[in-house]
Amino acid sequence: MARMKFLCDAERCIECNGCVTACKNENEVPWGVNRRRVVTINDGVIGAEKSISVACMHCSDAPCMAVCPVDCFYRTPDGVVLHDKDLCIGCGYCFYACPFGAPQFPQAGAFGLRGKMDKCTFCAGGPEADRSEAEFRKYGRNRLAEGKLPACAEMCSTKALLGGDGDVIADIYRERVLRRGKGSEVWGWGTAYGPGKPGAQPPQPARKS
Amino acid sequence: MRALLAFLAIVFLSGALGCGEREQVVDQQSEKRYQGKRDSVPWENESPVAELRGGKWTKGNETSWEEQIKQRQLVQNEYKRIEQ
Repeated sequence: MARMKFLCDAERCIECNGCVTACKNENEVPWGVNRRRVVTINDGVIGAEKSISVACMHCSDAPCMAVCPVDCFYRTPDGVVLHDKDLCIGCGYCFYACPFGAPQFPQAGAFGLRGKMDKCTFCAGGPEADRSEAEFRKYGRNRLAEGKLPACAEMCSTKALLGGDGDVIADIYRERVLRRGKGSEVWGWGTAYGPGKPGAQPPQPARKS
Repeated sequence: MRALLAFLAIVFLSGALGCGEREQVVDQQSEKRYQGKRDSVPWENESPVAELRGGKWTKGNETSWEEQIKQRQLVQNEYKRIEQ
C-alpha cells in the first residue's frame, strides 16, 4: 500500500513557480487561493538562496484532522488527506493547526466572507464520484483516478518536486544525494535546530560516571 | 500460589493489552470520526482513454493500479531515464 508524499529538493528548486501555475491550471483553483507556493530563504544572497515548494504534506497524523470541529477530514487508503466541502463550515481551525499553512479560504464579497476550506488534494479529488464534473468543480482534477501523479510534481522542470509513494521518492532522492555528494544536509536535525552548521547532530545525553 | 498466578496473569494481560501495537489502518471506513460522504478508490475506475495519456490498469485490481503508478513515479528519476 502506497503512502503518498511530496518531497522538494532544495538543491534543485529554481523558484520558477511552475508547480504553483500547474496546480492552479489543472484544478482551476479560484482567484486568491494558492494550494501550493514556493518559499525562498536568503533571497538574493549568492550561494545561500534556497527555495522549496510547499503545499499540504498529507501528514500521517494530520493536525487539521485532529482540530476540525465538524470532522470533515478523512484519509484515503493511499495516505492522502482529503476533506468533504459539504461538511466544512470554514471556521479556520485547520489553518491555525497546520504547520505548513496549507488550508486556504476563498474570500469573496464586500465583507470578506470566508468560504469553505480549499487545499491540495494530491490531485486525488474528493468524496464525489471519481472524474465527475461535481468532483472537478469542488476539488479539482482527480489525476490519481487517471493513473497519474500530481500535476505539480509531474511537470516540475528540474524534478525538484517529487510526488508519489514515500518509499519510491525517498529512494530517488537518496540516489541523487549519493551521486552529487551533497544535499542531505538541507534536511535533518542539524538544519532545523543545530548551530547553523550543516550536518550537525543532536546532543548526546551525558553518560553517568 | 493461586494469588501469585492470578497476579502474574493480570500483569501479563495488562502488558499484552497496553503494549500492543495500535492498528494502523488508513482506510477511511475506519476513520470513526469522519461523517461525510464515502469516497471511492482510484483503481475502481476504468483506465482513461488514450488521449488523456493516463495509466493502464485492470478495473478493481489494486495491485495493477499500484504497479502502473509506481512506473510513473520512477519516471521522475532522470538517472534511470538516461540509462534506459
